[in-house]
Amino acid sequence: MAVDTKKCVGCNACVIACKSENQVPLHHFRDWVEEELAGEFPNLSMEIRSLRCNQCSNPACVSVCPTGASWVSDGGIVLVDKRKCIGCKACMAACPYNARYVHPKGYVDKCTFCAHRLKESLLPACVGICPTSSLVFGDLSDPASDISKALRSRKHKVIRPETGCKPNLYFLA
Amino acid sequence: MAKLTRRDFIKISGGALLGVAGSGFLLGTRGLRANSITDPRNAADRVVPSFCGLCFWNCGILVHVKDEKIIKITGNPDHPLSNGKLCPRGAGGSGLVYDPDRLKKPMIRKEERSRQVFREVGWEEALDYTAKKMLAIKSTYGPEALALLTHGPGGEWFRQLATAFGTANIGVPSYALCRGPVETGFYLTYGASPAEVENTDMSNSRCITLIGTHLGENMHNTQVQEFSKGLENGARLIVVDPRFSVAASKAHYWLPIKPGTDIALLLAWMNVIVEEKLYDADYVAKYTTGFEELKKHVSDKTPEWAYASTGIKPSLIRETGRVIGAFRPSSLIHCGRRVTWYGDDTQRLRAAAMLNALLGAWGRKGGYYVPAEMELPPYPYKKLDYKPKAPVDQPKSGGYPFADSILATGLRDASIPGNAAYDLHAWMIYGTNPLNSFPQPKKTIEAIQHLDFIVTVDNLPMEIAGWSDVILPECTYLERYDDLKGAPFKIPFTALRQKTIEPMYDSKPPWWIAKELAARLGLEDCFPWKDVEEYLKVRVKAASLDWEVLRKKGAVTGKAQPIYVEDGAPLAFDTPSHKIELFSDRLKSAGFDPMPQFRPPEEPPEGMFRLLSGRAPVHSFGRTVNNRLLSDCYPENEVWLNDKICVERGIRDKQKVVLVNNDGVRSNPVKVKKTRRIRPDCVYLVHGFGRKQAKMEFAFNKGANDTDLMTKDKTDPLIGSKALNITFVKVEQEV
Repeated sequence: MAVDTKKCVGCNACVIACKSENQVPLHHFRDWVEEELAGEFPNLSMEIRSLRCNQCSNPACVSVCPTGASWVSDGGIVLVDKRKCIGCKACMAACPYNARYVHPKGYVDKCTFCAHRLKESLLPACVGICPTSSLVFGDLSDPASDISKALRSRKHKVIRPETGCKPNLYFLA
Repeated sequence: MAKLTRRDFIKISGGALLGVAGSGFLLGTRGLRANSITDPRNAADRVVPSFCGLCFWNCGILVHVKDEKIIKITGNPDHPLSNGKLCPRGAGGSGLVYDPDRLKKPMIRKEERSRQVFREVGWEEALDYTAKKMLAIKSTYGPEALALLTHGPGGEWFRQLATAFGTANIGVPSYALCRGPVETGFYLTYGASPAEVENTDMSNSRCITLIGTHLGENMHNTQVQEFSKGLENGARLIVVDPRFSVAASKAHYWLPIKPGTDIALLLAWMNVIVEEKLYDADYVAKYTTGFEELKKHVSDKTPEWAYASTGIKPSLIRETGRVIGAFRPSSLIHCGRRVTWYGDDTQRLRAAAMLNALLGAWGRKGGYYVPAEMELPPYPYKKLDYKPKAPVDQPKSGGYPFADSILATGLRDASIPGNAAYDLHAWMIYGTNPLNSFPQPKKTIEAIQHLDFIVTVDNLPMEIAGWSDVILPECTYLERYDDLKGAPFKIPFTALRQKTIEPMYDSKPPWWIAKELAARLGLEDCFPWKDVEEYLKVRVKAASLDWEVLRKKGAVTGKAQPIYVEDGAPLAFDTPSHKIELFSDRLKSAGFDPMPQFRPPEEPPEGMFRLLSGRAPVHSFGRTVNNRLLSDCYPENEVWLNDKICVERGIRDKQKVVLVNNDGVRSNPVKVKKTRRIRPDCVYLVHGFGRKQAKMEFAFNKGANDTDLMTKDKTDPLIGSKALNITFVKVEQEV
């Protein structure tokens, strides 16, 4: 997934849509919005980002999970098997992106790219609702997908590449 | 002996919470999932199209219902205003339906043991009592003594009822508090106002100028969609705002203007555009009158002149003026919404309208398109034969000659004896909360104390409910039908609001409440149909639409028609000259400036800041602050304070402070947002917080209330709208 920071206005529609779609409990978030300000008044600039699990290709959360509850499924989506999760939070300590939260039921939860919707060929809830169409989604291994095209045509970055997790959440400049 | 006020504010506290209805967002906590792929199992039993009611854009929504619970709301791809997308508020509508603090049963104020309390009653008793009181008002004072304050599509049933009852005192507060200056400022210039859904063709603009408009935080869905398309298409963006809004962060130019000086900037831009011949000469020659007067008027309003008052460097004013002019006619000055700031607002919007005219933007692609509206025959009601007395929203002493709508604030003032030609004695309130929106709240309470009767129809216990005699619980927009609604737009359309689940508790749809009242008031003819579905089917048939298609799709579009002058759209100006009036004879004859003049605003006293207010994207001002789902993203407001001021005074980020206004009124303690994103001479609050109604358990006392601090009265002399940005406050640190 890529977030077009030029267009994202940080409205939180993605957050509310996700909370509804995935029944995320109050006070917890699978996705959220950050604003990063630079400069001094009046020469200011601000980057707005819609954030979620980066679905890393080398996920630290999976390697530290003692029970194998955190695993990488088809398409590279990192998932948590609730039956196996013991709530030890090693994954939360390992994750460089604060992507996970402890569900009141005791297991650790996070963005799944709405895998249950992808199964039905539907877009993730956040992508579907975004009024500025800032969220670009698709198969990175398919050069014709929207995301591949976006990454070829726009300057982009990932967050904290130095951790070596190989995050797959891109931010278009 | 303590003086008993006639009416106590009943906090409606206490009373056990009914068992929490299964909130959509709690469904997932019941049990672990069997599959390893997380599946919230939220495939709906049915998906019902309707249109949203969390603000007045009325976007098309798809409501997903499972086991008779609303599990999620998504955008309706068939509705032109949403195109399948929604703002966060629309997506969070379930938070209103499942708000545990919703009004559940009708209530009547009773005096028991010298205390005033609300007692829950049945609908029969509540409606009988309301009708009895209304008829008493009618026989004692005349039906005109009843005022209806209303906001939202559901209120139209009550407008009809009130009109049949015999009163013309029907006020939608947004004229005096929000859109009045835009509607009238543009009307005086073009003979037309921007459409309800502003007809700004931003997706095709090559230059967009926003004056205070904070799109992105102001989440009017279609506007934001257009805005982002425009930016994607390479539009230049110029933002004029004392605050570095989200829109400012997208801008090529941010002009951090001194509050109250926008007219100077607009005049200076006109100076640049006229002097450097950056106006659309053909358009001006063909469609406008008064250009020579305008040229003379702005000849001395140079960027150098404007710099002194605005604080914007002359070179920046000149450069942005050139950019604005260079991209004509696809260059627009956005008209904005909630433009009631300093008391000279109609003149400011006149200036914006005039500048748009110089650019040739009105009626043009990338400017303001000519909206297309679906013509729907109204229901064939019998014509009323009673002509009500003239409304009293304007003061006895002299009014506001250019007001195009009833001033709700004026109706409030007319409820205080002696202010108007006759006094108002009763209020019917639909979906609006004067105590949180009208400046000078003490005056609102004074008005309330003089009233014989107040009936409030709402779905939440807003502050006004605590002052009412009868509270009638309306079901939410998701639990009912309302009238067909389309707005003039790029393509004609109409949409249906339909029931997605049964009304919860003992709440009722507004059409039913109005009809039941009508029957008890001897006004059966007011709603001669059996129920709302019968009413709608008659209208749909008369419009040659298909009821089943409308129910299934939620919205239907009409035949596309030209919306740009270039494509043959008709351009006509309902002005005395039948042209765009750059110079307004009408204003001159009435003793007002025929072209806007800049007058410096009042300066905040030493050590005080001007209080500005605006929007958060997840909220619709005060309507949604109790919505737990939406508030999870923004539970309370913060006061934005310039970071240098914070450092000087040792104020830390998130520290609580109290705002104290020029009359000593103190706000709730409120967190500071220490930020570089605002000028040092002003502070900013998101409007709608700091609530005093304890029964709104989530919102109660969270954050600060800007309205409570608005004790100064300033009124636009042209139209009677109020000024909301004239409050000065000190920031006091809590010890």
